Amino acid sequence: MSDEHKVLLTIPMYPDMELAAAKTGSVLAELKDFNEEAVEEIQLAIIETCINASEHSQSEDKEVHIQFLVTDDQLQVKITDRGVGITADTLDGSRLLGTAGVHPDLRKRGRGLQIIKALMDEVMIESSPNGTTVSFTKKKATE
Amino acid sequence: MLNKFDIQIREAKEHAIIETTGYLNDALGEQLSEKAQELIQGGCTQLVINLEKTTLINSIGISILIEIIEALEEREGTLNFCGLSSTQERTFRMMAIAKYAGIFPDEESAVANL
Repeated sequence: MSDEHKVLLTIPMYPDMELAAAKTGSVLAELKDFNEEAVEEIQLAIIETCINASEHSQSEDKEVHIQFLVTDDQLQVKITDRGVGITADTLDGSRLLGTAGVHPDLRKRGRGLQIIKALMDEVMIESSPNGTTVSFTKKKATE
Repeated sequence: MLNKFDIQIREAKEHAIIETTGYLNDALGEQLSEKAQELIQGGCTQLVINLEKTTLINSIGISILIEIIEALEEREGTLNFCGLSSTQERTFRMMAIAKYAGIFPDEESAVANL
């Protein structure tokens, strides 16, 4: 049976508080000997998810709740806000683009979820008018 | 303060190197943008941004880098990056930044390819 660690963290929606969540994720990943690249990817996914919650949730309690579950093989992160939920156009980034730039492929905003999906092995989003939970898993690379 | 950041600028005759330290978010990004705009407005359109001491870049920081790329394009300038981690380089390629700016392993090669 694998050695499992669960950590719960609640951060306020203050500037840079996403770094506290990212640091917690990196400590847990390093505890299980994830490689340096995976640790950085986990940190970036946590940061992007926390920023999305802060920018778009309209949560009254202004808090982000994070659950980390690390085993010998993988790190699961579940990030929840109690905001108004997100819509399909928020998910694909089309609501966040702002003014068009010089190059259409250089979209300035709304790329957070794309980054998370590219860096993590599994990503799941559950949203309702009572809030949003983004869950993702990073599996440890096999040697 | 969780994020201690700094920006150093080294100007040469025909180019400038901007070195950032800290988490590249909206706060550091805005300072970086101001410094870059000052250089561009002053006629320096060959820039290198060294990100070796910047361990994390969020999507807001990336959007500010895109604005610098666009400002340089208006002046027919060039921007090269160096000192990126493998994850940062992968993210830059995913977001099409690598199509409009060079990515090099170190300052020497970034300057040589301006």
